[in-house]
Amino acid sequence: MSDFKVHQRDGEDVSVIELKGYLDAHTAPDLENAFQKLLTEKKYNIVVNCRDLSYISSAGLGVFMAYVEDVRNNKGDIKLSNMSPKVYNVFDLLGFPILYEIYKDEKEAVVKFHGAQTK
Amino acid sequence: MAFSAKHISKKIQSKTESLLEARDFVGTAARRFGFSEEEAANIMLAVDEACTNIIKHAYRFAPDKEIEIEIVEGKESFEIRMYDSGAQFNPDAIRPPDLKEHLGHFRRGGLGVYLMKKLMDKVEYKFQPGKRNEVRLVKYRSNAA
Repeated sequence: MSDFKVHQRDGEDVSVIELKGYLDAHTAPDLENAFQKLLTEKKYNIVVNCRDLSYISSAGLGVFMAYVEDVRNNKGDIKLSNMSPKVYNVFDLLGFPILYEIYKDEKEAVVKFHGAQTK
Repeated sequence: MAFSAKHISKKIQSKTESLLEARDFVGTAARRFGFSEEEAANIMLAVDEACTNIIKHAYRFAPDKEIEIEIVEGKESFEIRMYDSGAQFNPDAIRPPDLKEHLGHFRRGGLGVYLMKKLMDKVEYKFQPGKRNEVRLVKYRSNAA
């Protein structure tokens, strides 16, 4: 039984990972593996699309904390998009909007990476 | 007629697979008690965090132990008591002293204890080494007439 899925989609210079289902202490290692894979592939421009993410606990938030420093040290970023109000509320309670760029739509987040590169 | 609190309880195994079961059990009871979908979701998250801490810190990921979840429905209060027979752990030690400072250094862990306090009206711990430990979460009816 798997109640959480991660799917990676690679664009030209931005990788999108789509999250689906329930992200808790049980499923957080799946997300860790996905970030680990991106780092191994040296893909540092990452958008996490949360459209189908139904639930997140602090174990899931901890994964973002664990990888964002590495990603930023490599001139990349983890940007988030398409969060439901319920999921956004958890990010908000922990002050994440100060540390992470959160966009309504995946396209907006992807475009931000392009903007950063043409500067 | 005097009001008597309603008790229901469930035992789950001390592994992260059981978190879903714990959330479902508490969520169903919270909705039946009259909490909104949002309030029920917050209670489920707080219980998830408490059980995760028990699995991690009290049982240190030993999967063959038990957590008992007891729900006590008062007239105006909804209480969740979680019992374990694992090691005593200091919740203060896993709480970030300053969230901004904590987040600024991208440290993980400790966020669950902070969330529980944000989401619930009361968070209490009782440790009885060698017997059982208890985490008690309380949420009051928001629209108490």
